Amino acid sequence: MHELTLAERAVALAEEVARRADARRITRIRLAIGALAHVDADTLTYCCGLVARDTLAEGAEITTERVAGQAWCANCKQQVALSHAADACPHCGGHGLEITDGDQMRILDISIEQK
Amino acid sequence: MCSTCGCGSGNTVIGGVPVSYAPAPRRVAPGATQAFVPLQATHAPGTTAERVLRIERDLLAGNDEQAARNRARFAKRGLFALNFVSSPGSGKTTLLADTIRRWQARTPLAVIEGDQQTENDAERIRATGAPAIQINTGKGCHLDAHMVDGALDRLLEAGTLPRDGLLFIENVGNLVCPAAFDLGEAHKVVILSVTEGDDKPLKYPDMFRAADLLLISKIDLLPYVDFDVDAAIGHARRLRPGLSVLKLSTRSGEGCEAWLAWLAAGCAAQRNGDGN
Repeated sequence: MHELTLAERAVALAEEVARRADARRITRIRLAIGALAHVDADTLTYCCGLVARDTLAEGAEITTERVAGQAWCANCKQQVALSHAADACPHCGGHGLEITDGDQMRILDISIEQK
Repeated sequence: MCSTCGCGSGNTVIGGVPVSYAPAPRRVAPGATQAFVPLQATHAPGTTAERVLRIERDLLAGNDEQAARNRARFAKRGLFALNFVSSPGSGKTTLLADTIRRWQARTPLAVIEGDQQTENDAERIRATGAPAIQINTGKGCHLDAHMVDGALDRLLEAGTLPRDGLLFIENVGNLVCPAAFDLGEAHKVVILSVTEGDDKPLKYPDMFRAADLLLISKIDLLPYVDFDVDAAIGHARRLRPGLSVLKLSTRSGEGCEAWLAWLAAGCAAQRNGDGN
């Protein structure tokens, strides 16, 4: 889904920050993608490589931190681990879950070479 | 690129006019090289030092900021805006055209239509007498908040952006990508027709979790299909506990009064400033 749009955004944000820092090039872009995010992390990484062409990030290494899914179970009154959005609570089998972590799609930082 | 439909962005047309705010198309070719340079590498004379710059931004932040501006614009104008999402062929445009006829101008309304190509859906809406603007996303698989902002400007220029009324936004038929993009709407309304599988909520969980109302459509066909309404609602509520559900058929008219009442309540709440 829409990974190319998100990759364009990631590379644009990286370039914006790199230009302000007067970078010669971006050597690495580090992303955080949650297990429950609306995105396929491998496809996003691949797309970042594609859209980085002809930018300061051309050839940059794209790394992705995978963040585990977590939810608050209203029934158990505790945090539970969640690997898929449609899963039930591993303790009570209920579905009254509110996702608390693992749905992010963020750019964390970049590494640059200075001019 | 979109692994569902292979889409990208950059080919957007609103009301037949290409728009320039979308990112320019890039030369896309596989096999980008990925050079690895270790962090904190020893700084040898004659080589360049490497620095790490923190960014910490959400990849959807740009869209979400525009969506917030759209939402403020809707509030100021008293517009109850709905984002209709479904798979292709669930009957979104038929539902909207039928709703407009049944609404009988209780309030003014306008429609923003999203499709990859053609003006067909906007023309179907205009045939009801309601103003409509078509967004063609080119290869894009979803509407984003900036496209909607552009369409709002066009409706405003044409003098057809309502005050104190309804704005229907029909998204591109796709149960995947539109889930992630806030357009500034009061609610996402997901339509599931009974000619589809009743397990669709489990197959496309992001969309059913993002929606505030599930419309089960084409219920006049229930005697002829194996769709289990209770199972479909159960699946959807696993993802979104307490999800509101309405069942209707534009052909028989069953359930349409409840749908109009839901719309009227939303309009009243928006006018009183307690919308969303």
